[in-house]
Amino acid sequence: MARGNGKEVVIEVRDVVVGFGDHIVLNRVDLDVYRGEILGFVGGSGAGKSVLMRTIIGLLPKRAGTIKVFGNDMSAASDRVRNSVERRWGVLFQQGALFSSLTVRENLQFSVREYLDLSPRLLDELAVAKLEMVGLDGSALEKYPSELSGGMTKRVALARALALDPEIVFLDEPTSGLDPIGAGDFDSLIATLQRTLGLTVFMVTHDLDSLHTVCDRIAVLADGKVIAAGTMATMLASPHPWLHAYFHGKRSRVGQAAEAGAPALSPD
Amino acid sequence: MSVETLLEGMADGDRLRLAGNGAWTAGNARRLEGEINGAMRRYAAVKHVSIDMGGVERLDTFGAWLLERLVRAFSGRGCDTQVTGLKEDYRHLVDEVHTVKLEQGPVRRPNQILAALAAVGHNVAGVGHSLAAFVNMMGALAVALLRVVANPRRLRLTALVHQLDNVAWRGVPIILLITFLVGCIIAQQGIFHFRKFGADIYVVDMVGILVLRELGVLIVCIMVAGRSGSAYTAELGSMKMREEIDALRTMGFDPIEVLILPRVLALVIGVPILAFLGSMAALYGGGLVAWLYGGIDPDIFLSRLREAISLDTFKVGMIKAPFMALVIGVVASIEGMAVKGSAESLGLQTTASVVESIFLVIVLDGFFAIFFASIGM
Ligand SMILES: Nc1ncnc2c1ncn2[C@@H]1O[C@H](COP(=O)(O)OP(=O)(O)O)[C@@H](O)[C@H]1O
Ligand SMILES: [Mg+2]
Repeated sequence: MARGNGKEVVIEVRDVVVGFGDHIVLNRVDLDVYRGEILGFVGGSGAGKSVLMRTIIGLLPKRAGTIKVFGNDMSAASDRVRNSVERRWGVLFQQGALFSSLTVRENLQFSVREYLDLSPRLLDELAVAKLEMVGLDGSALEKYPSELSGGMTKRVALARALALDPEIVFLDEPTSGLDPIGAGDFDSLIATLQRTLGLTVFMVTHDLDSLHTVCDRIAVLADGKVIAAGTMATMLASPHPWLHAYFHGKRSRVGQAAEAGAPALSPD
Repeated sequence: MSVETLLEGMADGDRLRLAGNGAWTAGNARRLEGEINGAMRRYAAVKHVSIDMGGVERLDTFGAWLLERLVRAFSGRGCDTQVTGLKEDYRHLVDEVHTVKLEQGPVRRPNQILAALAAVGHNVAGVGHSLAAFVNMMGALAVALLRVVANPRRLRLTALVHQLDNVAWRGVPIILLITFLVGCIIAQQGIFHFRKFGADIYVVDMVGILVLRELGVLIVCIMVAGRSGSAYTAELGSMKMREEIDALRTMGFDPIEVLILPRVLALVIGVPILAFLGSMAALYGGGLVAWLYGGIDPDIFLSRLREAISLDTFKVGMIKAPFMALVIGVVASIEGMAVKGSAESLGLQTTASVVESIFLVIVLDGFFAIFFASIGM
């Protein structure tokens, strides 16, 4: 975690234990997320990536440990503090989770209407602006979620996650279910938004391409623990068998490039 | 929150210098919009505008968009507009919103009278569509049933037993309780009023005929429509929403045969059983009240009942039960398959399913009354 030194920690996870019944999914997990970075969070299917994300945003109870967001201990925080922290993050759920009985416009304006007292004109203009930022245009505004394609759903869900200009966005497998070109677009979109808006991005992903193109740092979850966190170069150099299999596997162009002796990544 | 102005203006002839201050962020967006609109109104006659953003400490999409709107508004009036002093960090964001195209889609406000007429038209057409859907579903069910009869191994026995368990077995306690109470109430009311004419004993006739011919099966059907019909609609509807039904189709299954036939069969088998049990519970309740409240001995009640009702009375009730069950099942399935993508439509169709099936059950009961009267049953 050499790069983290001197940077502000916005999410601090310490010794967190989460389980369902007697199935312990997360066993004393530690993780730091720094301001302004894109953290790629990887792990096998069912490793508990979504569970950790849901625990951080407070949707699942934890059995032990602490989670601090912007320095506030979330389980000890008062409702008012919790609420103000919640306004500073946005979440893109794995299935999009758009409200099915509202149009795209209403989905985008939902939280803005609740928290800010804006004129209808400004609300509408901002809905268009957000939609264009995620690469769609105003023609999608009056559609219902069931009328959107998979990629559009993800984009609208991202726009909704960004509706209140959050400081952190949580993305759960944003590119899964998209074609490789769509996925690549989405990655560069996230990178662009991150740069323009100065976001901190916590991104659960399986996509090795997104890991090496957009992520500043990678954290790996296996056996209920974060077994490694660092840059792509650290991951490639790690002797850990899981990491080796993941990053040097058949699917990993980066790994193969590294093996072939070519510079896989420009050292950051 | 500070109360300093977010936008200050200094006009000098046809030149205007605007200076932004403070946080141009979501929390201040409303105030900022007000100040921007104020500036637009106040400085209507300027030709050159420069906006100094040096004093802006924070900027987010809300602020960036309002800046863009200010620039567009002045440029739209033919002013020459410049933005200066923008922090490098915010350059990207401002450039990003600069490309936003506000295409004002034509907002169509339909004529009120036309809209009302159109609604009436849609409703009338809707009745026709419902009728067609009903016939369609009956046909599809008949085809599926024939296929199953021709090849009984196609019958989804597990599904059928599971649905029977849900519809009939689990429904028994509540059905017994409700019909029992209804029996008690009719008997009590009958005794109370008949006693004035010294005709207490005819309460037995009334309870017997009413319960066996009409009330037993009607109350059971209304309960089943609320309990199982709504559940069918919700189950099928959410499977439709999540493309599970499409998945079945692509695997070569007929959703009617796999999902709907077992459900409808379960109703057709279960409702007569429930109607029988319900009628018995109502008679029991009536007898109990007649004994405790009306002083009619159980022996007398039973012998009077034997005279008052015939096998026909009982048959009339039981013949109706499977037809009503079929109506409930078909309506629930049609409404379930009509669910569209949204959660709201699921709720609407479930409501429609219950309301329609209760309505149709009562209408059907009316037709049966005419039919049985004309054949003298
Ligand atoms: N609500 C739940 N109830 C019981 N078990 C759950 C629940 N949510 C997740 N799990 C279990 O937790 C494990 C991790 O799931 P998840 O975090 O969704 O995996 P992934 O890393 O693929 O996102 C899985 O074994 C899953 O079965
Ligand atoms: Mg997951």
